[in-house]
Amino acid sequence: MSGLIDLTAAAAAERIRAREIAPAELFEAYRARAADNDLNAYTWVADVSPADDGYAETPLAGVPIAVKDLFCTEGVPSQSGSKILEGYRPPYTATVVAKLAQAGAPLLGKTNQDEFAMGSSNENSGFGPVFNPWDRSRVPGGSSGGSAAAVAAGLAPWALGTDTGGSIRQPAALCGIVGLKPTYGACSRYGMIAFASSLDQAGPLTRDVTDAALILRHAVGRDRRDSTSLEFPGEIALPSAQELKGIRLGVPEELTGAAGGIEPGVRESFEATVALAERLGASVEACRLPHAPHALSAYYLIAPAEASANLARYDAVRYGLRVGGDADLITMYSRTREVGFGAEVKRRIMLGTYALSSGYYDAYYGTAQKVRTKIAEDFATAFERFDFIVTPTSPCTAFELGSKTDDPLAMYLNDFLAVPMSLAGIAAISIPSGLSEGLPVGFQLAGPAFSESRLLDAAYALEQAIGFDGSSARA
Amino acid sequence: MSAELSKVLDHIEKISELDLDGVPPTSHVIDVVNALRPDEPEPSLPREVILAAAPEPLHDGFGVPSPGAA
Repeated sequence: MSGLIDLTAAAAAERIRAREIAPAELFEAYRARAADNDLNAYTWVADVSPADDGYAETPLAGVPIAVKDLFCTEGVPSQSGSKILEGYRPPYTATVVAKLAQAGAPLLGKTNQDEFAMGSSNENSGFGPVFNPWDRSRVPGGSSGGSAAAVAAGLAPWALGTDTGGSIRQPAALCGIVGLKPTYGACSRYGMIAFASSLDQAGPLTRDVTDAALILRHAVGRDRRDSTSLEFPGEIALPSAQELKGIRLGVPEELTGAAGGIEPGVRESFEATVALAERLGASVEACRLPHAPHALSAYYLIAPAEASANLARYDAVRYGLRVGGDADLITMYSRTREVGFGAEVKRRIMLGTYALSSGYYDAYYGTAQKVRTKIAEDFATAFERFDFIVTPTSPCTAFELGSKTDDPLAMYLNDFLAVPMSLAGIAAISIPSGLSEGLPVGFQLAGPAFSESRLLDAAYALEQAIGFDGSSARA
Repeated sequence: MSAELSKVLDHIEKISELDLDGVPPTSHVIDVVNALRPDEPEPSLPREVILAAAPEPLHDGFGVPSPGAA
């Protein structure tokens, strides 16, 4: 059984195609581990393996996938980590989940997350925190913490998450796995329970770069149900690069300097990986992203503003929790939202409504959208000279549960290195670059919009050279 | 919570130091113009499927308390 769990998803798919293992056998091996997990990584696990309708002939060969709770899945609880949606079973399935099922990746379970994807530690879940498989006293990162922990711990072959301001990349980094945030619009958002619609993007969390490419290939595409989705230019290529000859990497001073608050162990791993990239043939130079230090401020205006509008739908009328239904309508609204939303969600709704309020709109929301323009321009300018921008994914490794919950600003600073790429709508990937004091460190590469195939190729070359071993998290 | 929000706002307000005169606000981050499709009616989910998720389905609709005082 443990042999099955140690296979990457792509390797498991090969074995299924070679008729060496049956899809149901693989599904059951993971299902049993997922159902019995002590990391609180799942909010729902399938109870039977799906009927095998020719999985061996499909592109993903029946290798099951864990899906973040916020993706709507027909008839299966989809709660976005919130008590206000506890037990909600939607009547339809998110496009990305449906596409992956169609390509041969059946649903293994739904993974725990920060409530409405608001958080960087998974401690904001209405269904309890997730524990990091490398050290159970530490957080897995967030908001896709359940997906990251499940993949790292061998409770899923691979998983889907979403990234609004680092929510795929940061937990991938803290759990020692690969996480990719695609270009905004590459994947349909239809059926994703919305947080900040101009930033939300689905993407893979996987053991390795090849698995990420394989999921992404089948997840992207224009969807008539999401008018912001776009046809991906060309098929996502499976990565094969063994070197980085001719690749120009830019290291942004504004993010990797003192302002980033990067821990010494993270910096050491980052610098070693940059040196490795040079040995593989890449050229590395410092670059400028002058407005990047202001990305976090702009993000914490734009994302809460959009969230405050998106979360207005939880009104206790059409679905979800209802409290105070025997009182008048306004009392019912306020009591439902008082009971149903956690502290962080309330904090962001208040920030968002404040940023959008009359008299403050221009100073806050309007200014933030101008900063967003400058950040996107900074990246466009940098990409004239560089193929990819590289930074550590997170300034720190996995921190202790409870260590940042009393200080929202300290928690937000976890995303200092991830948020600029989100605001610019560009593609970015985190790969494990090593360990610092026994905890994984993530290395981030960011490329222009729709550069995913090149980005995956460069990440693959680095991955092969780094040779990270994540097997101890599956023990 | 008000102390926490003040601290966050103090940090956020650093963006007011930037010179952003003449900078257009971002309306959409990827360069696309319009997203149109033919306006063709199609069936929606059946009423009973939608109402199955409602906290208080009532007379084939959503039951709500009085908007006035209880």
